Amino acid sequence: MAFLDTLATNLPKLLDGTATTLALTGLGAAIAAAASPGLALLRANGPLPAQLALRAYISFVRGTPLLAQLFLVFYGSGQFRAELTTLGLWGFFRDPFNCAVLVFAVNSCAYQTEILRGGIQAVPLGEVEAARAVGMSRPTILRRVVFPHAYRIAWPALGNEIILLMKASALASIVTVFDLMGRTRQIFSRSFEFSVYFQAAVLYLIITACFVYLWRFAERRLSRHMAAPGRA
Amino acid sequence: MMELFSYGPLGWGDEILAGLWVTMRLALTTLPVGLLLGFAVAALSLSHIPALRAIGVGYTTLMRGLPEILTLFIVYNGLGLGLNRVMAWIAPEAGPVDFPPFAAGVIALALVFAAFAAEVLRGAFQAVPEGQILAGRAIGMSARKIFWRIKLPLLWRYALPGMGNLWLNLLKDTALVSVIALDDLMRATKVAVGVTKQPFTFYLVACLIYWLMCLLSELVLARLERRANRGLRRA
Repeated sequence: MAFLDTLATNLPKLLDGTATTLALTGLGAAIAAAASPGLALLRANGPLPAQLALRAYISFVRGTPLLAQLFLVFYGSGQFRAELTTLGLWGFFRDPFNCAVLVFAVNSCAYQTEILRGGIQAVPLGEVEAARAVGMSRPTILRRVVFPHAYRIAWPALGNEIILLMKASALASIVTVFDLMGRTRQIFSRSFEFSVYFQAAVLYLIITACFVYLWRFAERRLSRHMAAPGRA
Repeated sequence: MMELFSYGPLGWGDEILAGLWVTMRLALTTLPVGLLLGFAVAALSLSHIPALRAIGVGYTTLMRGLPEILTLFIVYNGLGLGLNRVMAWIAPEAGPVDFPPFAAGVIALALVFAAFAAEVLRGAFQAVPEGQILAGRAIGMSARKIFWRIKLPLLWRYALPGMGNLWLNLLKDTALVSVIALDDLMRATKVAVGVTKQPFTFYLVACLIYWLMCLLSELVLARLERRANRGLRRA
């Protein structure tokens, strides 16, 4: 069977690509996750100018193709080469991997901010009032009451967003990053073995399945105290 | 600056508009194809026969788990290889042929759209209250009449928000076809960049055009939703 025959020869390259895919997704998602709590708070109840700016940012990211955003940063930075060189940033923008991580982080951050805002606004007001009644300061309320509950509410949606980002990271192959998709296209263009596409498909599905499993595991831990007694 | 985007031989306005036209045609052709396919997959997923249900659920799981660009390459290259094999058999003297990229784009985007649409439709079908169907039966409506008068209008109401999101995704996903040699908005922009050496300016304009299309779509969708929910009391 062609699928298994070529798999052995293709696998080292495909696994190398898989590692790059995971790095792209992990870095992008992690940077976005670090920035989103603050932005979500601003979006939920910050000053009006900040809210308007955030709404414009989120609307732009959601209203334009990721591929166009990627081209805007990777090719677009070339238009400012002189300025970027004087700033010492040209080395960063010349590398397609860096550009892809930057774009994925900015893109995912918009989605994660919206999801987390929904979670924050879904925290029952009574919990916050109770925390205030026992004399918690505002930072303590955020740390102990609002964010733990908001993350629990937002958790499944955040998982979906990371899976979407993982799938979208295949676009990095178009700006010559050798992620899983990039390696797949490279192998196909050299050998015209069609089966390599199916091998890549299986790898993508395995990544998704593993992620879903880990995310559900984490979700159970986040809501341990809510599990029905007797089954934990 | 403005003359870069003017109409005619000096500017790129006409090329970009031609690309925009391809993008819109692609999205508007994919929508009905993907919807029909989505209805079929949703029907499979709701089937009482386990084997059919497995096919429906398997299809949605598979298609939603794969990157769109991978699906596009599988469809484009797979159809291309298949077509050449058939052509070599029918007319061996003719050289290799390319599968038309527009058709490949429509097929790939419709396959993806159908998987997501099937999930939206399945959820909407299951949300139709049993009581309304019983009421229809109680006043003697035929099964067909119940479908057209009760189920379909409710389905439209429940599925519209999800479908709206899918339409926006479809509009954005059309940008992917630029990598299989289809002259859409993205590719027209790329050509203009190659000549003018102003990548940031042109890709920014392309982004703004996509953004505008999405904002207009959102306006239309909000009106459609208002219309679908007319006569509905809100708590």
